[in-house]
Amino acid sequence: MTAQRLARRRALRAGFAAAAGVAALRAPALAQPAASGPRVIQMVAHRFAYEPPVIALKAGERVVVEIRSLDFVHGMNIPALKMRFDLVPGRITKVELQPTQSGEIEFVCDNFCGDGHEQMHGKFVVSA
Amino acid sequence: MQRRDFLSLSALGGGAVFASGLAGCASAPGGAVQDDFYFVQLSDVHWGFQGPPNPDASGTLRKAVAAVNALDKPPEFVVFTGDLTHTTDDPVERRRRLAEFKSIVADLKVKTVRFMPGEHDASLDRGAAYREFFGETHYTFDHKGVHFIAIDNVSDPGAKIGDEQLAWLHDDLAKRDQTAPVVVLTHRPLFDLAPQWDWATRDGAQAVALLMPFQNVTVFYGHIHQEHHQMTGHIAHHSAKSLIFALPAPNSQPQRTPLPWDPAQPYKGLGFREIDSERAGRSFVITELPVVRA
Repeated sequence: MTAQRLARRRALRAGFAAAAGVAALRAPALAQPAASGPRVIQMVAHRFAYEPPVIALKAGERVVVEIRSLDFVHGMNIPALKMRFDLVPGRITKVELQPTQSGEIEFVCDNFCGDGHEQMHGKFVVSA
Repeated sequence: MQRRDFLSLSALGGGAVFASGLAGCASAPGGAVQDDFYFVQLSDVHWGFQGPPNPDASGTLRKAVAAVNALDKPPEFVVFTGDLTHTTDDPVERRRRLAEFKSIVADLKVKTVRFMPGEHDASLDRGAAYREFFGETHYTFDHKGVHFIAIDNVSDPGAKIGDEQLAWLHDDLAKRDQTAPVVVLTHRPLFDLAPQWDWATRDGAQAVALLMPFQNVTVFYGHIHQEHHQMTGHIAHHSAKSLIFALPAPNSQPQRTPLPWDPAQPYKGLGFREIDSERAGRSFVITELPVVRA
């Protein structure tokens, strides 16, 4: 079983459907999904924050979070989903999620990025 | 003689035994104790930090050095388990802080002082500046029958030990008697203490797996700025207090922000520890000591 499939299986157990991929920066940064596709959410990572730091989701909704890092290979670790990503500048990291229940899912930078690293975190807030 | 609480953990028995006694006295509940040797662990100095969590940031390390020098019996060695300095983007300033730190701890009246990096020292330049001052970031040494292994889980900014160092660890352990005592010194926890606070080592489980066949393994680490004790199987892990500011208990609040300085109890939550080897390194008694005596 690949690591990605394993992460997906664990995510499903955690109440999320999840998938992830990385696209080259040439990919349309503001590409809109097809009418039936997932909602696309743009996120930026930089020292020492994710913007936006809090993302509201609805249970059952499919979303793709497209993340661009501006200045460093920040990490995005989502321990509750057993998923993590390196956010490489010049690339878009895509994280597909489909929460199945309400709650909060925290994420944190796990690549030490300097004085302020400890404050670099965020969360998904899932409502029913 | 001053009364202190201490913690005794028996590696042989695979469990933790909490007890209290008189430090410096070669006795403990349940029978006689052979005081084989003892060393001192200091951690998370963060030299160069400035801010409200420690109004005496430039004085605390010197006080700790004085406190170690004032111990009744000098330790056989001292180890600093990382974050000697507070991080900076400026390579010149990083070296200035490392040099100042090294100069201050040179006043320790102990023959052998060993160092390890933390992520604040080493992650932004993969240990380059640290090695200029203190040498290799991972190494081994032996002391009175105990095999010590210093593992670097910070020079990779992703908090990884890395395949090369894991292979080195494997090769080192392959030469050892699995009944012989092993002590691991490292900065970050080797287990997933609180990944949502980045209190983990990404490939720490591989190191623990390599250590698991050994019957007597004890890990001393830092990073989390507080005393903490946990077992992974029969392996005991003990984190040390900081010498700059205390951090909250794992996952006890939303963020890992420093605990505020208490003017009524300055240096509260800070300190260092004595580690007494017993039964030839098969168990250890840990005595937590303050920076400044009340």
